[in-house]
Amino acid sequence: MSLSPEDIQRIARLARIRLTEAEAAQTGAQLNGIFRLIEQMQAVDTTGVAPMAHAQEVYQRLRADAVTEPNRRELFQAIAPQTEAGLYLVPKVIE
Amino acid sequence: MQWETVIGLEVHTQLTTRSKIFSGASTAFGAEPNTQACAVDLALPGVLPVLNRGAVERAIKFGLAIGAKLNRINVFARKNYFYPDLPKGYQISQYELPIVEAGELPIQVGDATKVIRITRAHLEEDAGKSLHEDFHGMTGIDLNRAGTPLLEIVSEPDMRSAKEAVAYAKALHNLVTWIGICDGNMQEGSFRVDANVSVRPVGQQAFGTRREIKNLNSFRFLEQAIDYEVRWQIEQLEDGHTIQQATVLFDPDTGETRMMRTKEEAHDYRYFPDPDLLPVRLDDDLIAQMQAELPELPQAKQARYQADWGLSAYDAGTLTGARALAEYFETVVETLTKATLTRNPLPEGEADKAAARLRESAKLAANWVMGELSGTLNRDGLDIADSRIGPASLAALLGRIQDGTLSGKLAKEVFAAMWAGEGEADAIIEARGLKQLSDSGEIEKIIDAVLAANAKSVEEFRAGKDKAFNALVGQVMKASQGRANPAQVNALLKKKLAG
Repeated sequence: MSLSPEDIQRIARLARIRLTEAEAAQTGAQLNGIFRLIEQMQAVDTTGVAPMAHAQEVYQRLRADAVTEPNRRELFQAIAPQTEAGLYLVPKVIE
Repeated sequence: MQWETVIGLEVHTQLTTRSKIFSGASTAFGAEPNTQACAVDLALPGVLPVLNRGAVERAIKFGLAIGAKLNRINVFARKNYFYPDLPKGYQISQYELPIVEAGELPIQVGDATKVIRITRAHLEEDAGKSLHEDFHGMTGIDLNRAGTPLLEIVSEPDMRSAKEAVAYAKALHNLVTWIGICDGNMQEGSFRVDANVSVRPVGQQAFGTRREIKNLNSFRFLEQAIDYEVRWQIEQLEDGHTIQQATVLFDPDTGETRMMRTKEEAHDYRYFPDPDLLPVRLDDDLIAQMQAELPELPQAKQARYQADWGLSAYDAGTLTGARALAEYFETVVETLTKATLTRNPLPEGEADKAAARLRESAKLAANWVMGELSGTLNRDGLDIADSRIGPASLAALLGRIQDGTLSGKLAKEVFAAMWAGEGEADAIIEARGLKQLSDSGEIEKIIDAVLAANAKSVEEFRAGKDKAFNALVGQVMKASQGRANPAQVNALLKKKLAG
């Protein structure tokens, strides 16, 4: 399969990236290159092979349920562009 | 045309861990904004999530409680979307391999039991909160809630009415609070319901197009929202329109649902396994430990109340409507049974009568817990945990009914006095002189006096007016200030009038 220019624009919009037509063409070519690679890999017979979520056979270590983080709001908000009443302020969003 | 409603629910339950699912920040409700949002919750560069054992344990408990399949290997995935209260740009959730799959929850609809299938339950993190009030035209973001562990429980479209949906939501609420994985506080958002609703002509196999009602935070709103949505969809279809798949919000002020977004605008979440988290493996020891920690479940208690204690399905269902209520009830039954045995031991070779006695005590306790006690709690807006009369005290009062000291009516008076804080049942009976009069000699004396003073009623009775008898009983009860044992009064009065 290969991605159409519309597919590229849609993916860019989902990722909130604005592409010029030239950039879209370049990105499209790169992405289609990756898809060709995937197509090649799909030629391998994977019948009976379970999909894997990680390259190694290791599993997640669990943490004890304990509160270990102190309040460091002042420190974090010192690097925020704008705060008020303890809140981070962002451009208005209403869905 | 006859229409059939089809409903499936997705419920977000907030888990009762102390810390967040992927960070060591506190999950306590009501803190100052952003004081419980650490570097991981803020998605500062370089941070990594570490999974909270407490969240995994609670999910396992839920899976065991609904007889589900636990995925021994389950995987966290990224659900990608942009919103300011989601600083990472993705929510860590589970997609292809959730921790819990294919369980069941029976619900009570009227007299019938119906089994609702649960498709899956997966662990995920909550997002932060956006405050759209005026901050100079900007939006305020509080990330305290970001990273709070949620178990999202998804049902099959097995419900056929708003009533069934509410029954399922209540049964689920009861179960998650019963096993202690969720505090169930709906005002604080600990239990949030999304309802997928569609309609189809009766007899049609294929489902109609569904609309999803988001974020219902009370059982009443759930019922109202579904009722409105169903009426709206049927009207649309009968007017020749088609239903567009969409997400809608319920407005409690108008009682209506309104469109939030259509399918075309719907997100494409581009799920993929989160490379920051390894697959989670559930080992046998952990599962066995969780199984051992599970209390007796509501359905098991219900079955036991019916089989061993002879309660009706309705009573058993009501009494297992909350764990605290069931435990209160059981303490009353046990205390009462023990007291009866002490006062009145079973004779040698009559051990078989124990079961009958137990049933009697259970029935009496059930009547009082569901009647007087629940009524009074309701009136005062109290929870069973805040009852002003403890189970042992109530058992002591009921014991005085069983041993004939109190009539039902007097017992209610004593109950009210206990509720008012006047002390234990025996002390109140003593102080108020409420002891039931069961001495035949004394009752006879009262009857004689009443008969002498009510010659007319006696004549009427002898002339065949049965009503006159009741009037005489009333007079005797009144003369004894309500203390005379009514059964004895009846018997003695009959004897006297016949004689």
